[in-house]
Amino acid sequence: MKMIKQQILAIVCAIGVMLPIAGAQAETDKHARNLSASCAACHGTSGHSVGGTPVLAGMDKELFVAQMQAFKSGARPATVMHQHAKGYTDEEFELLGAFFAAQKR
Amino acid sequence: MSLDRRDFLKLSVAGIAIGAFPGLAFASSEIVKKKGQRVVIVGGGFGGATAAKYIRMWSDNKIEVVLVERNAKFISCPMSNTVLGGTRTIDDLTQGYDTLKKKYGIKLVQGEVKAIDSEKQKVMLANGHLSYDRLIIAPGVDFMFEQIEGLSASVADKSIPHAWKAGAQTTLLRKQLEAMPDGGVFAVSIPKAPYRCPPGPYERACQVASYLKNKKPKSKVLILDANPDVTSKKGLFMAAWKELYPGMVEYRPNAAVTKVDVAGKIAKTEFEDVKADVLNVIPPMKAGAVAAMAGVASVDGRWCAVDFLTYESKVHKNVHVIGDAVSAALPKSGHMATSQAKVCAAAIIELMQGQTPDQNPTIVNTCYSMVSDREAMHVANVFRFNAEKQAMVSAEGGGVSAQRSEVEGTLAGYWLKNIMNDVLM
Ligand code: HEC
Repeated sequence: MKMIKQQILAIVCAIGVMLPIAGAQAETDKHARNLSASCAACHGTSGHSVGGTPVLAGMDKELFVAQMQAFKSGARPATVMHQHAKGYTDEEFELLGAFFAAQKR
Repeated sequence: MSLDRRDFLKLSVAGIAIGAFPGLAFASSEIVKKKGQRVVIVGGGFGGATAAKYIRMWSDNKIEVVLVERNAKFISCPMSNTVLGGTRTIDDLTQGYDTLKKKYGIKLVQGEVKAIDSEKQKVMLANGHLSYDRLIIAPGVDFMFEQIEGLSASVADKSIPHAWKAGAQTTLLRKQLEAMPDGGVFAVSIPKAPYRCPPGPYERACQVASYLKNKKPKSKVLILDANPDVTSKKGLFMAAWKELYPGMVEYRPNAAVTKVDVAGKIAKTEFEDVKADVLNVIPPMKAGAVAAMAGVASVDGRWCAVDFLTYESKVHKNVHVIGDAVSAALPKSGHMATSQAKVCAAAIIELMQGQTPDQNPTIVNTCYSMVSDREAMHVANVFRFNAEKQAMVSAEGGGVSAQRSEVEGTLAGYWLKNIMNDVLM
């Protein structure tokens, strides 16, 4: 009986710890989604460009982050992306990269 | 005459309805039966249509969305200056709302809003009302014709178009250009900022000059600017006028038009009378009339103060405002309206689920300007929420093109294609 009680307690504790983490993750995911939404004017809804600009949906995250950093530093010449890239932090590049990588191509 | 029970019942129901809306002398009925939590959006432009799509998309279609729009179709104002230049037609900028209805299940009501009861949370139309849990108004701008003697909505429709909403007036202005004699004067007047699309009037001067250069090279483009200087992309526009249209474009700062002589096509400023062959007066602007109906145009009676985390009005709860109507240090552009719409959509979904909205909204704006039939340049900025200032503030690194180019001219076309798709498809 005591064993079962302890087990239940452990499970309840585990759920108690997990829920806020899951909540925080969901919040981060939504923040990433919201950040990415402004890019849609040129790169299409959720990165699905309908012409002329690169498709970001399904782009490899590492490649994405590297490109954004190259735009920011000026290593990759651009017409417009250098100006956008400079407005974001490295953490935000990671968030954006994760969001676009998770979109089906 | 005798009343039977059924008639009596009908009458008393009508009586209750009239009692509920003392301002309206008819029994008002719900136009679209309300099923669950509902957002009503007034205005199907860049901001309103985007909010509609994104609320449905991001709520997994759980929140009901009713979009009220007076026009049958969407016409993009961005790029509409190219209709004057001749590289696009209004048809190229026009798209229906069918996909929003079919793919996203948005209920579209075509009609004109007559009144808004923000206490009872109802939007009144001629044929009934729409109840809402939250209301988004995306009314764009209206024109303050009364500030220019001699000008009115009907004068603008018939002879001195502003063409600052894409549509019939854009086509009229193009026709006037086509009818203008070689050696004539096209005069455009710009109101004091803030107004919709800061670089737009200067782009227009370029598009008109581009047409005239080919067809009527002895003509002139005169810019009468109420502002003390070019308000956007100054160096780039000055270079375009000088290099692409030498001797054709003339810029006059501090030249607010206060009066027009409609028959004589004369624009009067404090300093001079300007006679034109084609007169294009862009009047001062304010938030579209729906904002005043909702009682949310609190800033100088013109613009709407909002909370930048939710775009909820500072005046009325559950009423959100997006796009050109908002009072902010943000450019009044199509891209900006869509960016605001997405922040608002995400926040409304959170609020309706009892959650906290994103506390760090970060958004982008880009405006391309076509300065010839092929070349364009842009201004681009990221804006971040600043909690201390409770304002959206421009982030590091934004700015304008190094120079105008054909590459950007092509990209401007792709921008239009992608943003129209993002808003409507
Ligand atoms: C005004 C249009 C515009 C907007 C807005 C825009 N982009 Fe771009 N993007 C471009 C263009 C054009 C290029 C090609 C490089 C250039 O000329 O700047 C590009 C290239 C890229 C690339 C390189 C892709 C590859 O395959 O190498 C990435 C990554 C990218 N953009 C991410 C973003 C993100 C993230 C945002 C939003 C924060 C964004 N873009 C917003 C126009 C835009």
